[in-house]
Amino acid sequence: MRVSRPGPQHQELGIRIPRPLGHGPSRFIPEKETIQVGNEDAMMHTLFADSFATLGRLDNVTLVMVFHPQYLESFLKTQHYLLQMDGPLPLHYRHYIGIMAAARHQCSYLVNLHVNDFLHVGGDPKWLNGLENAPQKLQNLGELNKMLAHRPWLITKEHIEQLLKTEENSWSLAELIHAVVLLTHYHSLASFTFGCGISPEIDCEGGHTFRPPSVSNYCICDITNGYHGVDEIHASPTGSIPSTESVCEVEALMEKMKQLQECRDEEEASQEEMATRFEREKRESMFVCSSEDEESAPTRDVSRHFEDTSYGYKDFSRHGMHVPTFRAQDYSWEDHGYSLVNRLYPDVGQLLDEKFHIAYNLTYNTMAMHKDVDTSMLRRAIWNYIHCMFGIRYDDYDYGEINQLLDRSFKVYIKTVVCTPEKTTKRMYDSFWRQFEHSEKVHVNLLLVEARMQAELLYALRAITRYMT
Amino acid sequence: MEKMARVTTALGGNALTGRTMFCHLDAPANAISVCRDAAQVVVAGRNIFKIYSIEEDQFVEKLNLRVGRKPSLNFSCADVVWHQMDENLLATAATNGVVVTWNLGKPSRNKQDQLFTEHKRTVNKVCFHPTEVYMLLSGSQDGYMKCFDLRKKDSVSTFSGQSESVRDVQFSIRDYFTFAATFENGNVQLWDIRRPDRYERMFTAHNGPVFCCDWHPEDRGWLATGGRDKMVKVWDMNTTRAKEIYCVQTIASVARVKWRPECKHHIATCSMMVDHNIYVWDVRRPFIPSAMFEEHKDVTTGIVWRHLHDPYFLLSGSKDSTLYQHIFKDASQPIDRANPEGLCYSLYGDLAFAAKESLISSDSNRKPYIGDRRHPIFFKRKLDPTEQFEYISSSSTLSVFETDVESGSMDWFVHTAKQYALAGRPLAELCDHNAKVAKGLDRNQVAQTWTMLRIIYSSLSTVSSANLNHSMGKGSTALPLMNSFNLKDIPSGLGSESRLDRSKGESRTENILMDSSSTLINNEDNEETEGSDVPADYLLGDVEADEDDLYMMDHENPHAEEQEYSLPQEAFPLRHEIVDNPSALDHLQDKADSPHVSGNEAETVSLTPVESFSLISISHSLYENRLPSDFFNPIVRDTLLFYAEQGDVQTAVSVLIVLGDRIRKEIDEQTQEHWYTSYIDLLQRFQLWNISNEVIKLSTCRAINCLNQASTTLHVNCSNCKRPMSNRGWICDRCRQCASMCAVCHHVVKGLFVWCQGCSHGGHLQHIMKWLETSSHCPAGCGHLCEYT
Repeated sequence: MRVSRPGPQHQELGIRIPRPLGHGPSRFIPEKETIQVGNEDAMMHTLFADSFATLGRLDNVTLVMVFHPQYLESFLKTQHYLLQMDGPLPLHYRHYIGIMAAARHQCSYLVNLHVNDFLHVGGDPKWLNGLENAPQKLQNLGELNKMLAHRPWLITKEHIEQLLKTEENSWSLAELIHAVVLLTHYHSLASFTFGCGISPEIDCEGGHTFRPPSVSNYCICDITNGYHGVDEIHASPTGSIPSTESVCEVEALMEKMKQLQECRDEEEASQEEMATRFEREKRESMFVCSSEDEESAPTRDVSRHFEDTSYGYKDFSRHGMHVPTFRAQDYSWEDHGYSLVNRLYPDVGQLLDEKFHIAYNLTYNTMAMHKDVDTSMLRRAIWNYIHCMFGIRYDDYDYGEINQLLDRSFKVYIKTVVCTPEKTTKRMYDSFWRQFEHSEKVHVNLLLVEARMQAELLYALRAITRYMT
Repeated sequence: MEKMARVTTALGGNALTGRTMFCHLDAPANAISVCRDAAQVVVAGRNIFKIYSIEEDQFVEKLNLRVGRKPSLNFSCADVVWHQMDENLLATAATNGVVVTWNLGKPSRNKQDQLFTEHKRTVNKVCFHPTEVYMLLSGSQDGYMKCFDLRKKDSVSTFSGQSESVRDVQFSIRDYFTFAATFENGNVQLWDIRRPDRYERMFTAHNGPVFCCDWHPEDRGWLATGGRDKMVKVWDMNTTRAKEIYCVQTIASVARVKWRPECKHHIATCSMMVDHNIYVWDVRRPFIPSAMFEEHKDVTTGIVWRHLHDPYFLLSGSKDSTLYQHIFKDASQPIDRANPEGLCYSLYGDLAFAAKESLISSDSNRKPYIGDRRHPIFFKRKLDPTEQFEYISSSSTLSVFETDVESGSMDWFVHTAKQYALAGRPLAELCDHNAKVAKGLDRNQVAQTWTMLRIIYSSLSTVSSANLNHSMGKGSTALPLMNSFNLKDIPSGLGSESRLDRSKGESRTENILMDSSSTLINNEDNEETEGSDVPADYLLGDVEADEDDLYMMDHENPHAEEQEYSLPQEAFPLRHEIVDNPSALDHLQDKADSPHVSGNEAETVSLTPVESFSLISISHSLYENRLPSDFFNPIVRDTLLFYAEQGDVQTAVSVLIVLGDRIRKEIDEQTQEHWYTSYIDLLQRFQLWNISNEVIKLSTCRAINCLNQASTTLHVNCSNCKRPMSNRGWICDRCRQCASMCAVCHHVVKGLFVWCQGCSHGGHLQHIMKWLETSSHCPAGCGHLCEYT
């Protein structure tokens, strides 16, 4: 991973030596606070070894996720299975689908990684010039990709029918499930990449510079990803200036959780009230917009992988478009989604199930500096808030809790990362939960990733189920 | 009506009658439950909560319990249960975590009685105590079970499963204090209602969630569970450790199980996803359902036997918004449709046949099958070890018929498979090679086919320009194959006549081609032609020489003849013209197996295979410049179909591969796939792995091609510690060493690793290749002289 200092003879030869640009695996987390290779414990070490062995590199996503080794293990296992192991789709298709999915969010990091892999497994370089150069079969998937990424609730069984109807370029059910899992995996991984500000790999575009180190490390691609060099100067490094206000923040949050725990039985909201709360949360979530709504131009390299850039996340009920609420109790991952996936793509249901499970139940019972805290309520609020943004409603959840537990800056962050990840900025990352550890923020990101993936999957799988019945 | 009579006795005079019937609900149902008197059924779902009375031939809506202007989530039911003691009492589990009881005796429109809002998450199941009026049990997603006394406002006791969501709770029917709970993590717990602190017993029943359980109505120790892992298991709880006594594998995750009343071993199941049918299984016979109800169009969500003591009426509710009453005599019984006889050929032509014992007369001269196929015994018998199923009368007999060793020999198949060349050389060479192989094995017909293919598809390369100017004598001898055509054997007069004929024929080619369709028809008409008639026709044909459809067809028989018996060379060399008509080729194949060809034609026919080839090639070369090889595609297709039909799928597939795109479009994908799979299957049964792999690789069928991409895992052991390397192929978890280093570049080899079997050094394929180009010593410096081939 390390690049040796260029010797003088190299300079004489005129060989340009790439230098790493970023500071550590994430632009949001100072390098010294990430886990350094060499300081990891035994479990992390095994994971590093595994990851290195599978991917041939220790990528920055792994280096950030290793905050939560238990999850990372499951994540790597799933990803490895999806990309390398037995499955209905040929290898180069899988990587290409990964590229398609990541490109929807203009995630140059993932696109670059998978372009390499795609070529490595023998993919046709021509395809990389844009979706219209790929086989018709993959082009047909474009529409589903678009909807899954931005408005999964619009997917109907007609879309599925369209893909599966017998003709030359049709998909088989098993292939479709594989593709859907890949798409959702990469959509949500794109969220993680932006949410944690993953730096480009050294060998990828934007990951290195040929300039001598003395020159400013300001780089064009950082801007396109919403990161300004200036930010670093102004934004206070997390935790270094503990303001009284932010200390209170944690305490206040814990106090609220406690209150909610105690008084939930006493103050019983009426059913109408509950329904209204869900609707309100849903509606509000659409007003939660990043204030710094600057247009980020995708790098040319990425934009050619997808068409229709204007198609983005649209909130429900905007423009009078009413979509019936998705009832989690009527189609759940555990009961329905799992069975369908496992039926058509054996073992993947199991792997995803484990991954969702670990992500949802992961806890160290800590909150910032406090120990022995039951965080299940907070985690559930985050999970359900994300599903709420996708219109999925849990009958047994009081959406008033979300308002109590998640403050505005946090909601802005969640909403941006989940719906328009490319707009995430370091300022957003820094401004929520100021008192919390970076590992906890990464934990939040894991929840976002998995909740988003599950939401997308649920919509897609429901459509497939409807098609099948 | 006999069944009805039996029903009457079972119920002690309270006969249930009815027929298979259904009614539309307004919304999908989540659960149903019946009243004790079997006359009413309650249906509950997200948007429905109604009571129907079950009439003789219809359901009649009695009561809508969903009242109020804006129904609250309390009406959104995940489960419903009707008290078996009190007909006025119902309980529902709401998706928002509320447990509601309903009292039908209330005078007001709203029958809602009590509301328990103690659960934090969705309540999955409610269950009344079978004998205690006021005791209600609930199990919820939050992992708790609560027991309510309906006379009190709050729960009496709370049971914490400590292991995730509760999916089902059921009071034991016999043990007053016991109930079973099933969990999302696959556990089943048994509780004593008096001891909320700790479960009595816990065991893991399924892999993944256990969706449902049901106590056996008679046998106190039996508990049936159904899970997401598609299994129904029956547990004997009498022993200290719960023992699995039966297991039924279904095709989808099991949503509900219900023991059939009065039938000790029968259980009804329905599934959560994909499969919409209701099955009734005999647990002793777990491979085929004993009855099946196929009415629903969407998943069945609730099943219940109409009466506690009546095994013939089953009610079911479904997501397709219908409520059904199924009558057992209307059930479809898959067993009737299943084929009770099994038949299978072994590799060597032995035939095994299994059938019901009663169907096979016990023959005294049968001998027990001893498994030695060299033993020329024709009828053997072996008892199937299914005696345990005697009570279901499913015992069957297995007979093995052996063919004698000689005729069953498949050596030719193996040799052919091994020697055929399928790719890598020009088409003509491949065909010649394969023809030689076939000939070497005395399969002249196949050899001929190959030769013809060569001529059809690659004649351009072999036909010299001399041929194109129709100069007969020169042209024909110029063909390589013509060398074997022994002109000396033919009387010169006849020979020249034949030339003449041919040139006439040549000039008329167009005409003949146009006639080819009629030829076909005529040919069919002529199928009955007796062998004795043929010679006359031949003569006629020979004499008239410039004729015509009839003339040409008559020569098919000789050809067929000649393929089956290799005949002496004398006489009748004059048939060349017949093949001028391409359709003749077709008939040649069609006729090859025509049964009425009789031996006495032998005298009239004297073409050796060699001759006929050359004749064909001559004639072909004659108008080669006019006919594209596409023209022959239908013929070739028919040839392949013929071979496949004959059981010689080897030839069909080999030709298919060799010809590749030339013929591929002619035959539909499915047939091709079918051939390929059969051939590959055969190859694999003969353990010809390399060849089967080559076939898979060369096939143009997508479905076949991807066979090679499945289960491609290769397990390796570490070269240092000799243990299996579980994770990666190049780094050992145990000794932490990279197992395969490249001797040239000293890096780890991740992809193809090639090594010398002499000194066991090796490395990257490319590196070793390059190294050994310049040096003959091992790159590791061990002094071994490595070879790379």
